[in-house]
Amino acid sequence: MNKKISNSFSDDQLLKFYEKMFLIRKFEEKAAQLYGAGKIGGFCHLYIGQEAVVIGILSSINSEDTVITAYRDHGHILARGVDPKSVMSELTGRKDGISKGKGGSMHMFSKANRFYGGHGIVGAQVPLGVGIGFAHKYRNEKKISRVYLGDGAMSNGQVFEAFNLASLWELPILFIIENNKYGMGTSIGRSAAGNELFERATVFGIKGEKVNGMNFFTVSDAAIRARDYINKNSKPYIIEMDTYRFRGHSMSDPGLYRTKDEVNKMKEIDPVLMMKESLLKEYNFEEDTIKDIESDIKKQIRDVEKFSLDSPLPDIKELFTEVYL
Amino acid sequence: MKILLPALSPTMETGNLVKWLVKEGDDVLSGDILAEIETDKATMELESPDDGKIEKILVKEGSENISVNTEIALLSVEGEEIEEKIEKPIESLPPVIPNGNDTKIKENNISMGSLLKDQSDSLETKNWSEKEITMREALNQAIEEEMILDKDVFLLGEEVAEYDGAYKVTQGLLDKFGSKRVLDTPISEHGFTGLAIGAAMSGLKPICEFMTFNFSMQAIDQIVNSAAKSLYMSGGEINVPIVFRGPNGAAARVGAQHSQCFISWFSHIPGLLVVTPSNARDAKGLLKSSIRNPNPVVFLEHELLYKEKTNVPEENDFLIPIGKANLIKEGSDITIIGFSMSVQRILNALPSIEKLGIKPDIIDLRSIKPLDEDLVYKSVKKTNRVVIVEDGWGNTSFGSHLSYLIQSNCFDYLDSEIIKVSGKDVPMPYAENLEKLALPNTDEIISAVKKVSYTN
Repeated sequence: MNKKISNSFSDDQLLKFYEKMFLIRKFEEKAAQLYGAGKIGGFCHLYIGQEAVVIGILSSINSEDTVITAYRDHGHILARGVDPKSVMSELTGRKDGISKGKGGSMHMFSKANRFYGGHGIVGAQVPLGVGIGFAHKYRNEKKISRVYLGDGAMSNGQVFEAFNLASLWELPILFIIENNKYGMGTSIGRSAAGNELFERATVFGIKGEKVNGMNFFTVSDAAIRARDYINKNSKPYIIEMDTYRFRGHSMSDPGLYRTKDEVNKMKEIDPVLMMKESLLKEYNFEEDTIKDIESDIKKQIRDVEKFSLDSPLPDIKELFTEVYL
Repeated sequence: MKILLPALSPTMETGNLVKWLVKEGDDVLSGDILAEIETDKATMELESPDDGKIEKILVKEGSENISVNTEIALLSVEGEEIEEKIEKPIESLPPVIPNGNDTKIKENNISMGSLLKDQSDSLETKNWSEKEITMREALNQAIEEEMILDKDVFLLGEEVAEYDGAYKVTQGLLDKFGSKRVLDTPISEHGFTGLAIGAAMSGLKPICEFMTFNFSMQAIDQIVNSAAKSLYMSGGEINVPIVFRGPNGAAARVGAQHSQCFISWFSHIPGLLVVTPSNARDAKGLLKSSIRNPNPVVFLEHELLYKEKTNVPEENDFLIPIGKANLIKEGSDITIIGFSMSVQRILNALPSIEKLGIKPDIIDLRSIKPLDEDLVYKSVKKTNRVVIVEDGWGNTSFGSHLSYLIQSNCFDYLDSEIIKVSGKDVPMPYAENLEKLALPNTDEIISAVKKVSYTN
C-alpha cells in the first residue's frame, strides 16, 4: 500500500489528478487504435505506464512553470492542459492539430500552456530546457524549467554539458529522468555504466534522488521536495523516476528484448490502477465518483477521435508558410 | 467495437494471423494480448484496444495476407453498441503537389523572396555621419548598440567576456553590460548553443559566438534541428530569434580542422538565414539587422577581414537589410559574383581584368539566404556572362546552386558557360604555398573571366 504522505491536496484536486491520468491512458489507447487503422502515420510513442510521472510532477507545478520533453510527449502536453482534440488532430496530421498538422506526434508546442515541445533528437531537449531556465533567471521570474529526459538520453554527451551549465550558472531547473528501463530496444543495463543514473548529475553539484515513478504519491512527494529546494536555493535538482512503459518504444516495436512475464509483472503495479485503488481504499472516495469520471473521459475520447478524423487535411499552402517569420 | 487488423509498422500493408490468444466469450482488459500478427518486419502482438468481451472471431488463425483494416474480431465494450459504426477509413489523400497556379510559389529556386517579409526599406542612402573603422570595431559597435536598445539581447561564447574576445570583437562589452549579459561559457558548444536556442525560444535574443565556425559542427544538430525547424514544426508557435556569429573560412595557416567555409552547409537548411559581410560598413548594418530579425541568423565573418577599414555610419539606426546584395562596381561586360573574403579576391584581380579592356559588374551578395536574385539576374541579363568566386569547396556548393539558378532564370541571356572559381577539393594544407593554391587566387579569377569573355 502507498505510504500516506504529507500532501494537502483537496478531494477535488486528487480527483482531478486521477482524471488526468485516466485521460492520458485512454487517449493513448485510442492513439494506438488509430495508428493501427492507418489514421496516424510515422512514429508514435505511447506514454502508457508512465502516467504517474507526469501527473505527480504536475501536482507540484506552478502554472507559470515551463515544461520541455522529448518525443514521448502526448501525456506531457495533455498534462499541461492542452485540448486533447488539438493533440489528437496533430497525431492524425490535420488542420486543427496544435501544430497545424506540420509537426506530428513528436512535435507539439503551446506557449500559452508553457509547453516547449516535443523534440525528436534524443538529448537535444536538455540544453534547450536549460536555456529556458536561463531565461527565467535572466528575467528574474519565479519559475522553474521542468526538463524531462529518458534513460537513453542519460548517455548522450550534450546532456552532461547541460548539467554543467545548469549547475555552474545556478539555474532554476528540475531535471526529471523517466527511467523506463529501455532506450528503444536496449535495456539500461546494456547501455549505462556505473550506478544510478541521477548520480551522473550529482558530480556536477546537482542534488537529486531516485523515486518510485509508478506511484502518483511518491512522485508528487518528491516533486514538491524538489520544487521547494529549487525555490529556496536557486539551483537545479534532479529526480530519477523508476518507471516502465507497457507498450513498445514506438508502434512498430515487436518487443523482443523483454519477456512477457516482465511486462505482466510491471502491469501489477499499473500506475493508473494503483491511483484508483488508493483513492477508493485510503481516501474513501465512492466507487461511483470514480466511475463517473471514467465514463466522462471515455465519452470525451470518442469525441476527440471523431474531431481528429473530421478535421480536414492542412491546406496545401501551409507547405510554404512558417519557414520564416 | 470492431477489431481491425492494425498497421503495426509505418510500411505494413498486409499481415498474417499467426495465433489467437483469446477465444469468443473471453473478458479482456485494454492492453491484453489478443493475437500474434506477422508483419513485413516482425511478429507483433495485437493488444486489446479497450476493456470488454470478445464477441466474435472473424478471421481464423493461420490466415495469411490479410489486408490492414480488415475486421478480424468483434469486441463488446460497455457503453458502446456493438453495431456502432466506426469511422469509415479516410479516402486516400489527394496528392499534395504544389502547383504554380494555386500556390503562387516559384518552383526550382529557394524562393526566399516569397518566404520572408519584405525588407526593402533600405536606409543606406541617408546622410550618415561616418567614421573609418575596422570590421572588428564595426561588429563591436553593432552589438553594443543593440544591447543598449534591447535588454533581451545578450552575448555568450568562449572567451567573450573576461578575455575580451578571442578576436577582440567583444572587447569592453563585459565592462559595459556586466556578467549577466556577457557570459563566458565552458568549451562546450553543443551545450551552450542548445542553451542559447532554448533561451531564444522563451523570447530572449541571444548572440551566440563561435570562437570560429569550425566549432559549430559540435553544435550543428541544435542549429539545424532545434533552431531552424522549430517555427515550422510548431505551426508558427515557437520562433527562435538568435544570431550565431564568428569567423568562418580559412584564416592563415591554421590547418585543416580550423580552415573551413560553412556557407554551403548552412544555406542548405530551410529556416536559417545566412549573412556574410565583406567589409566593416556592411558588417555593422547587417549584424544589427540580424540581431533584430525574429529568425535564426547564421552570421559568418572572416578573420582576415577584421582589421580592414571602411567608413561606417555612427548612428544607431543605420541598418542594412538582410537579402540585399550590393553592386560594388558597375560595368557592362561580365558579372562577377562574390561574398565575404572572395569579394576581396575579385577586387585584387580587378586591375588585371580592366587591363584586358573588360568592364565587370561586381556583386557582393552580402546575404546568401535570402538571396538577392533580382539584382543578380538584372546584371546577368545586361552582361550575359558570369563568374562566381567562392572560398569554400566547389563540390555541391552554394556557388553550384547559384550557377543553377542563373542558368534556369537567365538561360536565354547567357552567351557563355558560367564558371565557378572555388576552393580545391582537399582539406586545407598547412604549408604556405599549398594553402595559397587551395584557395581561389587572382590568376584563376582572371583566366575564368577570359574564358567566359572569349578573350586571350
